[in-house]
Amino acid sequence: MTTAATAVEVPNAAPPLEVRGLTMRYGATVVMRDLNFAVNRGEVFVVMGGSGSGKSTLLKHLIGLLPPAEGTILVDGEDFGAADAEARKAVLRRIGVLYQGGALWSGLTLAENVALPLTEFTTLDAGAISDVVQLKLALVGLRGFEAFYPAAISGGMRKRAALARAIALDPEVLFFDEPSSGLDPVSASRLDDLILAVQASFGTTIVVVSHDLASIYRIADRALFLDIEQKTMSALGDPAELRDHPPNDAVHRFLTRSSEGVT
Amino acid sequence: MRKAVAGSPVGPFEIPVPAGARYARPVDLGLSPCVRNSTSAATHSAEGGGVLLSGDTRRGDHPASFENAACVPLRVAIRRWMRGHHGREATTEGPIGRARGAAIVTAEGGAALAGSRREDHSLVAVLSGAWNLERPAPHFASWMETALAAAPAEAGSVEGVAIDVSALETWDSSLLIFLQQGQEYCEAHHLAFETGDVPSRITSLLALARVVPEHPVAPDASRPSRIARLGLAGLASWDASQAAITFTGEVAQRGVQLLRGRVRMRWREFWVVVQSNSSGALPIVTLIALLVGVIIAFLGVVVLKRFGAGYYVSYLVGYGMLREMGALMTGIIMAGRTGAGFAAELGSMKITEEIDALSTLGISPVEHLVLPRVLGLFATMPLLVVYADLVGIVGGMGVAVALLDLTPTQFMHGMLYAVELSDTLLGVFKGTIYGAIIGMAGCLKGLQTGSDAGAVGRSATSAVVIGITLIILANAMIDWLAALLLI
Repeated sequence: MTTAATAVEVPNAAPPLEVRGLTMRYGATVVMRDLNFAVNRGEVFVVMGGSGSGKSTLLKHLIGLLPPAEGTILVDGEDFGAADAEARKAVLRRIGVLYQGGALWSGLTLAENVALPLTEFTTLDAGAISDVVQLKLALVGLRGFEAFYPAAISGGMRKRAALARAIALDPEVLFFDEPSSGLDPVSASRLDDLILAVQASFGTTIVVVSHDLASIYRIADRALFLDIEQKTMSALGDPAELRDHPPNDAVHRFLTRSSEGVT
Repeated sequence: MRKAVAGSPVGPFEIPVPAGARYARPVDLGLSPCVRNSTSAATHSAEGGGVLLSGDTRRGDHPASFENAACVPLRVAIRRWMRGHHGREATTEGPIGRARGAAIVTAEGGAALAGSRREDHSLVAVLSGAWNLERPAPHFASWMETALAAAPAEAGSVEGVAIDVSALETWDSSLLIFLQQGQEYCEAHHLAFETGDVPSRITSLLALARVVPEHPVAPDASRPSRIARLGLAGLASWDASQAAITFTGEVAQRGVQLLRGRVRMRWREFWVVVQSNSSGALPIVTLIALLVGVIIAFLGVVVLKRFGAGYYVSYLVGYGMLREMGALMTGIIMAGRTGAGFAAELGSMKITEEIDALSTLGISPVEHLVLPRVLGLFATMPLLVVYADLVGIVGGMGVAVALLDLTPTQFMHGMLYAVELSDTLLGVFKGTIYGAIIGMAGCLKGLQTGSDAGAVGRSATSAVVIGITLIILANAMIDWLAALLLI
């Protein structure tokens, strides 16, 4: 080397996801303002709040479907909003999303659904892709359902198939939009198990949008509370801790399912 | 390692790759086109275990450094590459981009390898290196073959396979696939499969993947024989015609009940349909009818002139538009426009369970949704046909006046001499029938929609196809009756 070497920023030093001063707006309506938080690597981070508090809107901002009205969203320390198409694609390669209704492509079989991200983002050959697809479907308990179309299976199975698609590329960050909605308690708890298994085994960072208390207490390392009245976040921490020492009424009411404030 | 090219405007990157690493294809960093050409050329020149990557990261005149936004794609690409190869950025030499510079990336991880050794009666798979989905990983069956071939014959028979992961660097699903293949292979060959040393976070996933699905899976029924398919098609068309007849009967019944005042009609919806199919449809009907009139007149001018009967082009335009083309073309337009719209609208309502919600309230979907639509179309079609007739005749007159020695008065006079009121009424009658056909085909197909997103598209398509087919069929039958009755 001819000149003095300078150290290059070490990858993965920044939190996988960081939100700074985010304001979300639909037209002139402010959904939430001044959101500041960072998701730690390998944790299960839950965004909770009542219906209409903007949980799903926040998720859409985090995965880049909606542009922030103000503020920035940093993925691995890089501004996701300012990134160009190439950088965006590189980020999207590293995340997986499980949509509320599964959002499986109805014209493709389950195997094709799981295979699509693999063919899009990797150079694996057909045999290797088929191996990965079988493994991912087996992990979610859908071995043998490869040739089924989404319309032919139940809602819970559809959601698990969508999870298989979301983890197809071994993502570093996995997003869940209301994982337990529309599922019976057993299926919902099974999905929680899967979330925890994926986190424990692959070390995946997991961001969950949910208002299902049972699931929140079970899976969350930390939870963020979006307060619909103040239009901003009003609590961040371990959900059990927040329940025992609620910082405000809204959090107390939400976490104890009560309609009264702290006495 | 290669030396950075001093003074050149490109920023070279060196990524040494451990000896023995094999790549199925040259490393593609997936850079933007402006840097990709030079980069991919350089990646081929891997020599002595090193890969030189170089690329011009300049964008405009901004001084670009490695931290500059203009370099983001490059930086992201390098990180991604490193993630795949478990490399580590060590140093850069100078700013990269505008000036010259180099980043050296040392790869720590080796390729995913599976070696073997013999322990008593079992084969041990020694897994090492970085197991990554995007790199070629060993396949269990081929590993087993190689391992068995390499094993000395005097060691005796193999009774099991064990896994040694002590040299494993990193792993992802590719390792799970290998282990899963191993598990299945050993089961099939009655061998013991030992995963004693494998960390529990790997084995727990393996166990999860082996959970038996809750429902036994019946394999998709194989393709039925030709005769069976013929029978199935016959049964399906029988069912379809039965459904169509039942539906027509129900709509007619509700129509009669409406006349008797026993059905509450949703007049608002009716007027919406009337509006969208009258004023809303005028532009397209004007265009098509005018062109059809022009086409008929051209035909008349060319053919009749040969017999010196050019004057009679007005007869042809008059009869053609009033008896046939006015109604037919309007019907075809409305089948494509409104019939498909009805099918898609009701189909979406079926998928979102809106139709089920009506049924559970005891409200008949036919009464609530179908009747206003069919009646709306039934009421507007005659008006549209009259309008199309007029526009078509004007178009035909234009051609006749332009190409023949005729005045508009002569044209109209000639036409009115030949054409009778019954010709117009026949056309209007046809149009009314077509309106009912289109409305019912669209609504029936909408109500019969399946449950997936593609089903709405299929319903709309078949509403148009069935609508147009039935219109032409009805046209032929009405013409035949008219000929018998000498209308």
